This record gives sequence, C-alpha cells and structure tokens, in this order.
Amino acid sequence: MEPYALLVAATLNAGTVLALAALGLLINEKAGIVNLGAEGMMLCAAIAGFATVVHTGSDLLGFAAGMAAGALLAGIFGLLVIGLGTNQYATGLAISLFGVGFSAFAGISYVQEKLPARPHFEIPFLSDIPWLGPALFKQHPLVYGVVAFVLALMWFLYRTRTGLVLRSVGESPESAHALGYSVRRIRFVAVLVGGALCGLSGAYISVVYTPLWVEGMVAGKGWIALALTTFATWRPARILLGAYLFGGVTMLQFHLQGLGVQVSSQLLTALPYVATIVVLALISRNPAWIRINMPASLGKPFHPSS
Amino acid sequence: MLQLERRPQASGFWRYASPVLALLLTVLIGIGLFVILGKDPLRGLQMFFWEPLKSAYALGELMVKATPLLVIALGLAVCYRSNVWNIGAEGQFVIGAVAAGGVALLADKETGRWIVVAVVLAGVAGGMAWASITAWLKDRFHANEILVSLMLVYVADMVLSYLVYGPWKDPAGYNFPQSKTFEAATQIPRLMSGSRVSVGLLIALAGVALAWVFLFRTRAGFAQQVGGLAPAAARYAGFSSRKALWVALLTSGGAAGLAGALEVAGPLGQLTPYVPAGYGFAAIIVAYVGRLHPVGMVFSAILMSMFYIGGELAQSRMGLPKSITGVFQGLLLFSLLACDTLVAYRLRWRSRRM
Repeated sequence: MEPYALLVAATLNAGTVLALAALGLLINEKAGIVNLGAEGMMLCAAIAGFATVVHTGSDLLGFAAGMAAGALLAGIFGLLVIGLGTNQYATGLAISLFGVGFSAFAGISYVQEKLPARPHFEIPFLSDIPWLGPALFKQHPLVYGVVAFVLALMWFLYRTRTGLVLRSVGESPESAHALGYSVRRIRFVAVLVGGALCGLSGAYISVVYTPLWVEGMVAGKGWIALALTTFATWRPARILLGAYLFGGVTMLQFHLQGLGVQVSSQLLTALPYVATIVVLALISRNPAWIRINMPASLGKPFHPSS
Repeated sequence: MLQLERRPQASGFWRYASPVLALLLTVLIGIGLFVILGKDPLRGLQMFFWEPLKSAYALGELMVKATPLLVIALGLAVCYRSNVWNIGAEGQFVIGAVAAGGVALLADKETGRWIVVAVVLAGVAGGMAWASITAWLKDRFHANEILVSLMLVYVADMVLSYLVYGPWKDPAGYNFPQSKTFEAATQIPRLMSGSRVSVGLLIALAGVALAWVFLFRTRAGFAQQVGGLAPAAARYAGFSSRKALWVALLTSGGAAGLAGALEVAGPLGQLTPYVPAGYGFAAIIVAYVGRLHPVGMVFSAILMSMFYIGGELAQSRMGLPKSITGVFQGLLLFSLLACDTLVAYRLRWRSRRM
C-alpha cells in the first residue's frame, strides 16, 4: 500500500504546479485576456526563483522573485495587448518564445548549481497516521495553500462586487465601460496577477518540485495549464480537480515504470501531452457547452473610444 | 502627451517599415545587452551582421540555415493568412524528419539515387500526417488548434527519442542514441563542392514562387484568405471553412515535413535527439517579420539565419551562451508587434485637456 500513498502525495505535488498556473490564467481569462505566454513566464520565473534561492538561501525570496519575474513579463504582455491593442495570440506566443530563450540564456551558469538542503515539511501527529500521513500530510505548505486559494478565488469571483466587475469585463466590456469601470485598468491588473501566479508556479517547479535548473524544465506545463482552463470550463474548483488529474497522469508514468511495465519510457513521458489532447478534444466536442461557459469577450480587444 | 490616433486606413508605408524599425530596436537592445554583459558591442554586432556575410563559405552556411526556416515559414504563412493557428510546426518538422529518416534507413549500398525522391516525399507525408491530427481534432471535435499542435510537438520529440534510443539505434554506434549514418545515395544533392548548400535552397525558392501564385493569383488561395479575414463573407461566398482548415494545416504540415526531410537527409545525415533545433518556432517569427508575404519571408529567413549563426559565433568567440539567439528572436518579435501599432495608428503630441 505504501507506494500508492507516495503516488497520491506526488500527484498532489504535481497538481499544485499546474493548478497555480492555471488559476492565474483563469483570472486572466475571466477578464477576457488569453495569455499564451504562460510557458515563457514560468521558465523565467523558474530561473529567477532558483537563482534567488542559490544566492540568498531563502525559499520565500525565491518565490517572491519568481512572482516578480512572472508579473514583469505579464506587464510587458499587458502593455502591448491592452495598451497598444496587439493581437493576444501573437503577443503571448512572443512571450513564450522570448521566455524560452531568455531563461536558457540567463540560466547558463546555474546548470550545475545546487540548492541548500531542502526543508522537510510534515504536519505533527497527522503525518503519523498510517497511509494517510505520507499521502496527504507531508507536503509543501503551498500544496495546502493552493486549496485555500481556490476557495478564496471562488468567494472572490462569485460573492464579491469586485469579482463581479472582473467577470463583467470579460463578458461584456462595453457594459462595464458604460457603468464607469476602467476596462483596460482592470484587465491590466488581472494580467499582472495572472503573471505572478504563473511565476509562483514556475518558481515552485525549480525550488520545490524538481529542485534544480535545467533548460526548458517547465516542459510544456504552461501549455497544459492553458488547456486546463478550457477543461475546467472556467470554474476554479474544476481547475484544481483537473490539475490533480493531470498531475496523476504525469506521476503514473513513474509508477508504471516502477511496477516494471514493459513500455518504453519515452512513450510514457508522452502520456500527459497525449492525455491533454484527448481531454481537450472530448471537452470541446460540444461547441454550445463551451460557448455557454467561456467568457464572452475572451481574446477580443477593447477600445474605450469605439 | 503622446497619444495614439487611429488612421483612417492602414498605412502602407509602415506595413513594410515596421519590420525594419523593429530590427533597429532589437539591435539597440542587443547593444545594451552586450554592454551589460561587459562585452564589446561592436564585436557582438560583427558576429551577427558581418561574419555571416563576409565569405562565400559563410554565405553558403547562411543559406543552409535559412532554407528550412523559409520552407516552414511559407507553409505557416498560408496557415496564418487563413486564420488557422498552427504553432506546432516544430513537431511536424520532427515527424517529417523521422519519416524521411525511416525511408533513408531502408537504403543499402546498391540503392539507386531515386531514393532521394522517396526520402523527400516521405518527409512531406510525415509532416502532413502529423498536422492532420490537429486538423481532424479541430474539424471533428472543435479542439483548439493552438494547444493541440503545440502538445504534439512534445509527443513528436518523444517519438523521435523512442526511435533513436530503441528500434532505430545504430548497433555499431557505441550505444549513442542515434541511427545509422544514411547511405550516400540518400543525400540531398549539393549545388556545388566546397559548400553545404543543397538543392533544398532551389526547392525553397520554388516554394516562394508557388506560394506567391497560390496566394495572389488563384481562386483557391483567395478563398483561403477571405476565410481568414472575414469568416462571414467567406460563408456567404460559399467558401468552405472546413476545407480552408484542412488546406492550411496540410500545407503547413507538408512544408514543415519537407524541411525536416531536407535537414535530416542533408546537413545531419542521421537521426539523433538533436534533430529538433527550434526551426519550427523560429519560422513563426520569420513568417511575421516577413509580413506573411513569400518575398518578405526570404529576407526574414536570412535575417533569422544570421541570428542563429551569430549566436554560434558569439559562443565560440566571445564566450556567450548560444541561447542568446533565442533572446534576440523573442526581442525581434516583441519589437515587431509594438512597431506594428504604427500601421493602424499614428502618434500625436497633444496637450492634455478635457
């Protein structure tokens, strides 16, 4: 039974990475902005976080640096997309291409670096419970933090006035504008917050999840996070669920290898990507279902003058 | 304060001046970057903009790298003009290379020169097949082509790595993850001795002409672009959007696969895990900087090739990481997107008053 407890623990850990980024992208998309730059923001945040921990020894500063890096790139994206009205897809893609190149460039001297001893977390007493302890209660605080964040985000989006304004900006920017809200300012803030969350996810990867720096180490998780928002039909709780599901698929490959299943490791590594494609196809099958749930002005630019 | 004012109609001048301005901006930022890194900026610029041009051999190498970029970008231009967002050309390139390599591995000492044709066609078919997964999922299930095509890049990389670590590994290769070196008969013919420039360059230039005729002189090409610019008008005119989707993805997939075949049966000569060199992603930038115009993309492909060669030289001669190429590529696309604002808007000084 013990291996299964570890599988559950690893799944929650991997799911946390995806959930953090996908929740950030969800906040963007609720405000009507698609940011294809997630992968690039996460990579730059991963190296920023890693380098900060190497130099300061503080994980918290590492997370802060990752969030700042994500928010900085998101700020550039926001200036171009919201300020200059550039195409959201092309601009997001530019962020991703730049982020891949820049992180590889900036990280070259950190490839061999090691982080100080990684702290070990466990909740007293609860972690001693057989099976449940190792499965659930020996995680990094952010694993629990992301669950709390989902609850807070649900409350914010659906129970507060500001959350309603944010959603209205994504559904009908004209109405929000007519009511006197600054659509562009709200969208810009949403983009920054989304970037910071993607950054936190990137820093979590290089500081906690696989504590080292390798070129391109985010390995498509930014893109999977983008797919998750569609998969979850733009609902926070479903994003968390989807993230754990995909985290499980990622971990399953190691588990299957451990069990000695005779499948090549490369084909198992492809599993999360194939799963993303299959799930995306299944969820998109009914266009009406997507249309009902998708923020109505997603991806459309807004000019207050016109 | 400085304000943006919408032009009554798009500026024809800025449409073509914007890439030039974007390049200037990238160079300026690049100079700044060299200064920050404590390197001589003039020497840096020399690596990128003079060394690749200074001898016949260097020019040849410039063309060797520009060829796959141009071929892929030509296909992508058709795709993007149809408003189909295929960003997985890298994956189609890899599967094209795998298919071409598979055929090349069938050759033995007695195989005739005809095998080259089969190798190239296999590449095209491989790229098309890979792109058709995206097309089918979009057509049948409405799955977002951006995400599907991108995910398939990772899957393609895994397919390649499975083959070179497994069934196609060279038994006499000291356990390195690489296939046998292809027989000489499978080599894409070179244009001249002393340079690696191959027939691929001629194919790419023929592709430029073909793309130009298709886009601007045929009804099918026109229908393709109307669907991209004004879907409603296209529907009214009876142009099928499903057909446009398939044409766009098969064209760009085929082109990327062709580039993969030319690369693997040309400069590489065997399958290794290093076949994916990022050409599929760089070609997206080539397509945009070249304004999705076949002739424009010739220039932008050469420019992007200079970035690649400059990066390699900066590594060997200035001790800078090769990945500086990716930084400049990204910066160029950013600057271009920002400069393109000038196509639709003009800058005006205005005193602030309400």
